[in-house]
Amino acid sequence: MKLERRMFLAGAAAGAATLAAPAVWGAGGGKPKVVVIGGGAGGATAARYIAKDGKGEIDVTLIEPTRTYYTCFFSNLYLGGIIGLGDIGHTYARLASDYGINVVHDIAIDVDRAGRTVTTAGGDKLAYDRLVISPGIDFIEGSVPGWDVSHQDEMPHAYKAGTQTALLKHQVENMREGGVFAMVAPPNPYRCPPGPYERVSMVAKILSEKNPTAKILILDPKPKFSKQALFEEGWQNHYPGMIERIGPDFGGDKVEVRPDAMEVVVDGEVNKVDVCNVIPAQKAGWIVHRAGLTEGNWAPVRAEDMASRKDEAVHILGDASAQGDMPKSGFSANSQAKVCANAVVAALGKGKKFPARFSNTCWSTIYPEDGIKVGATYKATPEKIAKVDGFISKTGESADVRKATYEESFGWYAGITKDMFG
Amino acid sequence: MRSSNTCGSSVGRIYPDLPRLVVATVAAAALSGAAAAADIGAGDPERGAELFARHCAKCHEVGKDARNRAGPVLNGVFDRQAGTAEGFTNYSKDMLRQGRDGLVWSFDNLDVYLENPKNLVSRTRMNFRGLEDPQARADIMAFLRRFSDNPRDIPEAAPSVNVDYAALAREIGVDPGVLEIEGDADYGEYLASECTTCHRPDGEDDGIPSITGWPEEDFALALHAYKNEKRPHPVMRMIARRLGEEEIAALAAYFRRLGEQSER
Ligand SMILES: Cc1cc2nc3c(=O)[nH]c(=O)nc-3n(C[C@H](O)[C@H](O)[C@H](O)COP(=O)(O)OP(=O)(O)OC[C@H]3O[C@@H](n4cnc5c(N)ncnc54)[C@H](O)[C@@H]3O)c2cc1C
Repeated sequence: MKLERRMFLAGAAAGAATLAAPAVWGAGGGKPKVVVIGGGAGGATAARYIAKDGKGEIDVTLIEPTRTYYTCFFSNLYLGGIIGLGDIGHTYARLASDYGINVVHDIAIDVDRAGRTVTTAGGDKLAYDRLVISPGIDFIEGSVPGWDVSHQDEMPHAYKAGTQTALLKHQVENMREGGVFAMVAPPNPYRCPPGPYERVSMVAKILSEKNPTAKILILDPKPKFSKQALFEEGWQNHYPGMIERIGPDFGGDKVEVRPDAMEVVVDGEVNKVDVCNVIPAQKAGWIVHRAGLTEGNWAPVRAEDMASRKDEAVHILGDASAQGDMPKSGFSANSQAKVCANAVVAALGKGKKFPARFSNTCWSTIYPEDGIKVGATYKATPEKIAKVDGFISKTGESADVRKATYEESFGWYAGITKDMFG
Repeated sequence: MRSSNTCGSSVGRIYPDLPRLVVATVAAAALSGAAAAADIGAGDPERGAELFARHCAKCHEVGKDARNRAGPVLNGVFDRQAGTAEGFTNYSKDMLRQGRDGLVWSFDNLDVYLENPKNLVSRTRMNFRGLEDPQARADIMAFLRRFSDNPRDIPEAAPSVNVDYAALAREIGVDPGVLEIEGDADYGEYLASECTTCHRPDGEDDGIPSITGWPEEDFALALHAYKNEKRPHPVMRMIARRLGEEEIAALAAYFRRLGEQSER
């Protein structure tokens, strides 16, 4: 029974990808239709929960260009040689086979909100009753003078995981002895507030093993950063003398890069570097701008159900949304997706709506068995998602506590990826 | 060879008439570490030695040449981090976890634990129903203290039979009535989506403990213990703090149901 179902679905998905002429899917058909754009932390979770809680009575289509999604979370651990690239790659096979989701590997290029259809690059037109968009981030052009996406081979961002992460790892591992690794850190708000600093920790780990005289230079436009005291304590413990950070008081906010010459200009002063990780300023993924759902860089949403402030039939999740107090994290996107899924299933008459509740915890690894975390719970208010309560690891914690936190992060990774992909 | 299975089964309630008020105060102070030194003096070590022989000695040794048995050696138990007795390898996962989360055998914590081990460590292997009488506990601790100037070590054993959940609930400062609430498992399923970001519904427990298939009372007690800050883990305290009684019951019902489904 299960096998038949899987074969049928595989056939349907393949059909979608090869259809030449535009087709409006299931127009006028019986079941309500949900289209999800983006199969990341927000989109995969939303698709899975809507399909699961809709109990077969909602048609769910997930549009995602990549066949293997590499999680940004834990990509720093890959960079640090703690896990392999394969460990952070996930496919959509179970969402199709076990949850009956139509997985379409394609890119959404337009949204007709009046006609309630999504157009894909492959030429399909998919009708929806509810649309969920979780496209992640794009970079703001010109935010780091001298850099645009065409320079991502010389100066990788590695802020979308996969080949970029592998490239950065290769560059770090093959850096000249005693060379300089520079990171241009992003201004707020951006995805994963502790992400750049966890990355610095993992690069330092590799360098201290392979290239101990190398240096790390962080150019940071922000006066302070997430879990700063914890990171700085950890760097002092594990990588003394290796890491230098230049904040805005010394020109960390006036940085220009020259990818061809491998130079970083800080407040007019030229520095030669060997590897340069540029993490530009960020904005919502392109498609929500295209759909006319943004105000400034992000897409404002209502807290109670993550519906766009501009269109109740469209929900926007994760990094792309402007929702209030939650940080842009995989945990947050996953949490928001479940609130959204419950609201969508209820709005389509297939389940009961429960009050929204959100939470987030971000673990970071400073060194193997030295993990730290920060987290909070949130509630929906009319204005925004508002923080209720929170906690953060403490400096000077015992090695046992740090080890347990580190191990917990692996448990969390297994948990959330199962929650996303089934 | 789990002779520990009979440990304490005959204990029951030795002094059922004694008022519970000392318990209430001590439980309220538990984990705050405040009351300790003053209270220890109240116990009678000679009587404690007798009680130890009766209730504890089947599984625990203490004193010169003491060895680990079904339970760990109790020399130096005071102020020792839970789950860290040297050379003892039979700890439950829960005990190890509580220890890592920061549970230390202060006088107050040991008192709460001895009153009923499941209070602090849901799945402890210490198969001991507990001592309701605060004086008896104080006596035992006065005895143990002779072997402990600098705290180290505590017991372990398999799940106890006939748990007195009402007493457990009172000890962590909740009305036993909360364990009677009929949980709405469907609501629990929605609430559980917050849990499953970390806890695997299939019961895998690497790094993060399994919460699937627990008896509802244990589940509810554990969450209430976090909520009332009787258990140390900061994430769980934060999560539990905003769960109401109905919500805890709903989650307990859902995760029990989930366990039954996966057993089929
Ligand atoms: C180095 C690093 C470390 C991190 N560590 C953590 C961590 O430890 N914990 C944590 O919680 N978070 C972490 N994060 C943050 C986390 O990765 C993001 O916040 C999370 O992925 C956001 O989810 P999302 O659904 O908004 O976007 P994404 O997960 O990026 O998913 C977006 C998806 O949409 C697809 N897409 C985009 N446009 C279209 C289109 N037009 N049509 C179809 N599909 C489209 C993309 O291909 C992508 O798969 C980290 C991030 C980085 C960069």
